[in-house]
Order: sequence, then structure tokens, then C-alpha cells
Amino acid sequence: MIAHLNWPATFVFVSFFVLVSLLGFVAAHWKRGDLANLHEWGLGGRRFGPWISWFLIGGDLYTAYTVIAVPSVVYAVGAYGFFALPYTILIYPLLYTAFPRLWAIAHRKNYVTAADYVLGRYSNKWLEFAVAFTGVLATMPYIALQLVGMEKVIEALGFEGHGLASHLPLTIAFLILALYTSRSGLRAPAMIAFVKDTMIYIFVIAAIIVVPLKLGGYGAIFDAAGGALHAKAAASGGKITAGLLLAPAQIAPFITLAIGSTFALLMYPHSMTGILSVRDGNAIRINAIALPAYSVMLGLIALMGYMAHAAAVKVANPQDAVPHLILKMFPDWFVGFCFAAIAIGALVPAAIMSIGAANTFTRNILKPLAGQNFGDHHEALLAKVISLVIQLGALIFVLRASTQFALDLQLLGGIWMEQIFPAVIFGLYFRFFSGAGLLTGWATGMALGTYLAWTPKAWVPVHAIFGANFAIYNGVTAILANILVAALVSAVLPDRARDETREERPEVPVSQVEPAAE
Amino acid sequence: MKYLVLMLPSAISLCVPFYNVTEPRLFGFPFFYWFLLVLIPLSSLLTLIVYRIEKR
Repeated sequence: MIAHLNWPATFVFVSFFVLVSLLGFVAAHWKRGDLANLHEWGLGGRRFGPWISWFLIGGDLYTAYTVIAVPSVVYAVGAYGFFALPYTILIYPLLYTAFPRLWAIAHRKNYVTAADYVLGRYSNKWLEFAVAFTGVLATMPYIALQLVGMEKVIEALGFEGHGLASHLPLTIAFLILALYTSRSGLRAPAMIAFVKDTMIYIFVIAAIIVVPLKLGGYGAIFDAAGGALHAKAAASGGKITAGLLLAPAQIAPFITLAIGSTFALLMYPHSMTGILSVRDGNAIRINAIALPAYSVMLGLIALMGYMAHAAAVKVANPQDAVPHLILKMFPDWFVGFCFAAIAIGALVPAAIMSIGAANTFTRNILKPLAGQNFGDHHEALLAKVISLVIQLGALIFVLRASTQFALDLQLLGGIWMEQIFPAVIFGLYFRFFSGAGLLTGWATGMALGTYLAWTPKAWVPVHAIFGANFAIYNGVTAILANILVAALVSAVLPDRARDETREERPEVPVSQVEPAAE
Repeated sequence: MKYLVLMLPSAISLCVPFYNVTEPRLFGFPFFYWFLLVLIPLSSLLTLIVYRIEKR
């Protein structure tokens, strides 16, 4: 089990892990609030300023899974994996313009989740349920994939085992995480995010300086990677498209994946939780300016897929490319440091995801089902228990189900998440759409997106619509149908329901504009 | 105007055929890569300008 363990690396790894676990428990006392209140436990009392939010939201959106997955796509097929860059450019105008509005309403009305807002805006319980259900459903596989990212680095440390014993370190790590999350709430990942992000930045800066020095510069890295990808594409006899530039058939999927992922990302419960926990709208705007620093870092991490080729890392599973590159390039103690950065990088989003999903499940699914008003303290207690259940569920999922199943669900999760975008965002700008319209649109988008993703062999992200050379990301096709249906139904059944988000302040004239093409 | 400035880098980032080329290289990076990496701080800068103007 531990015969081939890399001891110096493991020592550094475990030390950092113990440090952040302690931080997780201590965090309960930070910016003290009554943790028996859901908005204290689940949103840190809404008092995080720009700095803390920068670390928290950055650590939340750019997850450990991203650090493993993006370079693995780049390692496998090249330029296509860089769709993550236009994607992260597209997110920030949306964050800058729409979310300060949403935050202001959530603050005034004490909303904790996106579904809270939707209920207040449209007074439609079914739409509230649809938004909540989609969020919880899409978050589960996402948490599971954080664990997969973590397990990759534990394996790379040299830990071996058979059956359940092979998952022992992961299980211990996750139980500790579940305990301090339910105790400290959002304060735990907020505090750990400082350590995690500092470590990731050190790891990336070291990699972009040291690796090119060892491999003969960036020109040599790109040349070697280009050669390897070209050879791979040629050997596959045209089945695999790979290269340093996009093939013509990849351009439409590249663009639509970037657009679709943008609509999805900020809709996830964990994004909402991170964004709603800030002190004021200004902190959101400042973060829309400062968070792209993480995008640059993501771009550099993506390049590690090429560095792995140049360093002659040959792995069957592309997800092993980055861990093996690190093992090959750095001294043992620094390997431990980098692996700890990735593993802790999984803890922060996993904690926020379980908190976001627990908030949503408690307030928007359980409470309406129980048909009664829980007291504040019961609500918070339930959310804590549910966050534990969700994390254990994700752990059991990883231990029992195949990684492929988690990946498939994650792919579908992105498509599903997009479908609540109209319900959550349009209401901030337009009076035209009605709850009934948005609900029908949502159902259409969910069904169409899932249907398009299904093929007899595997779930696929894109579907050829206008001939073989023009495939479009299913999420985009689905959201277009969603908006169309929502508009048609809203025209027939207009929005006459009570809108409590506009109460308690003078009526602002809002023109009934049709949604402009995004 | 505000929305136009905010959306400009996004719009450019979607003009993929324009930057899907190797030359000119910069420090060994093909154009595709360094262009995208430069576009990110540029988008930040434009957002900062909008923010400053709004604050006044």
C-alpha cells in the first residue's frame, strides 16, 4: 500500500493538509456571527469584502477539477481545450452588470439562493422548485469530480491499494472536510481559500519559469507538443482531430462551448453562494475586474498539457498528465507542495458546493414540501445535516460508481444549469416573461438538451446541426429553444403574478423590451 | 456605450478564425495562445475604466 510512497512529498502534502483542516475548524470563530442562522452559516453573514471574496470566488470557480481537466484536454487534443479562455472572458461582463442587481435584491429581501429570488420575483412555486432541483442535481457530480481530482494526486504520490483500501486517504480527507464544513459553514472555505490560492499561484509561477528552462523555452515546448499531437492525429487515421490550431470543424463547437458554459457557470448554487456572500455590490464589480487574474493562471495551467508532451510524459489517461509532469520536473518536497495545492484546491469548491446545494435543498425543496415555516435555527440545523449528507453522498458515488458516470453527469449538468439562466437573469431586466413561460421554457430546454446529448455509444457535448462541419454545443441549442418557448408562452400568459422584489421602493418605469440577442 | 465597452473583449474572443493562426509568434507562443492571454488583462482594464467612470 505504501511501499512506493514518495516520502518527502507525502510529508509536505500531509503537513499542509493538517494545517488547512485546523483552519477549517478555527474559521467558526472568524468574523463571529450566530452560526445557528442560515445566512450566517451559509453566506458568512454577507460581510466579505473585495479581498476575501476575490480569494473565495476565485477558489470557488476555478476548481481542482479544472486544474486537472483543462490541461488534460489540451494534452489529448490541443487547441480545443483552450475554449476555457474565451469562456472566462465572457463571464465577467455578466458578473459586472447583472449580479450587483441580484445581490441588492437578495440583500434587501434576505434571499440566500437563486430559487429564493425566482420565487419572490414570479410568485411561482413550481419555477422555484425547477430552479432548485436543477441546481442540486447538477452540483452532485461536480462535487464528485473534485474528489476525482484529489484522488489523482494521491495516486501520484505513490499510494497503492486494492478495493476500498485504495480510497482510504480520500475517505479520511473528505470526512474531515464534511465535519468542518458543517461546523463553520462558508467561513471555512473562505479562510482556506487564502492558503489554497496562494499555493496554486506559487505552483503555477514556478512551473512557467522552471519547466521552459529545463525544456528549452516555449518555442521548443510548442514544437514538441505540435509534433506529438500531429503524430497522434495521423495515427488515428483521421478519427481524432488534434493540433496546435483549431481545425475548421472545431471552430463552431469551440465558440458555442464558450458561450454555453458562460450561461451555466454563474447559475450553479456554489457560484451564487460565493457571490451573494459579499458585503456590497461594489465588491462584486471590483471582483469582475480582479478575478480575470485567475483566468490568466488557468491559461498557463492549460499550457501544462503541452509541457507534458515536451517532457515526454506518456500517460494512457490524459488526466494523469499534470501530476506526472510535476513529478518529472520538480524536487520531491516541491512535488508535495504542488499536490497539496491541487488537493486543497478540491476542498474549497467541494465545501462551497455542498453549502450551496444544502442551502437550496433546505429552503426551496424541503421547506415547501414540509408545507410549514421552520424557525431560523431549524433551517440552519437542517442545512448543516444536509451538507453532511451531500458530501457523504458524493464520496460514496466516487467509491461505488465509475468516473465516467460522474463525467457524463457533469457534462449534462452544464447543459441543465444553463436552462435556469432565463428564469434567474431575465427577471432583473424585463417585465415581459412570466413564471409559466419561464417554466415551460425550462422544461423544453432540459428535455431538448438531454435528448441532443444522448447517442447510443456515449453522451456527447455537441450535435451537428447544419451539416457535419457545423456542430453546436447542445446547451446553446437548448437555451435558444428555452428562450423561444418562454417568450411565446409569456405572450399568451403574461406576467401578472405578485413581484415582491419590486415592493418597498418607488416603482421604476421599465420598458417592455424584447430580450436582445446575447 | 457602457455595455459596448464591456462586451468588446468578449466579442473579439468569439472571432475565432481571426486569431486561429500561428504567426506572428511572441516568445515562442503561437498567435492563438498569446493573443488570448493578452485579451484577458485587456478585458480587465476595460472593465476598470467603466468602473472608474461610473464611480464619478
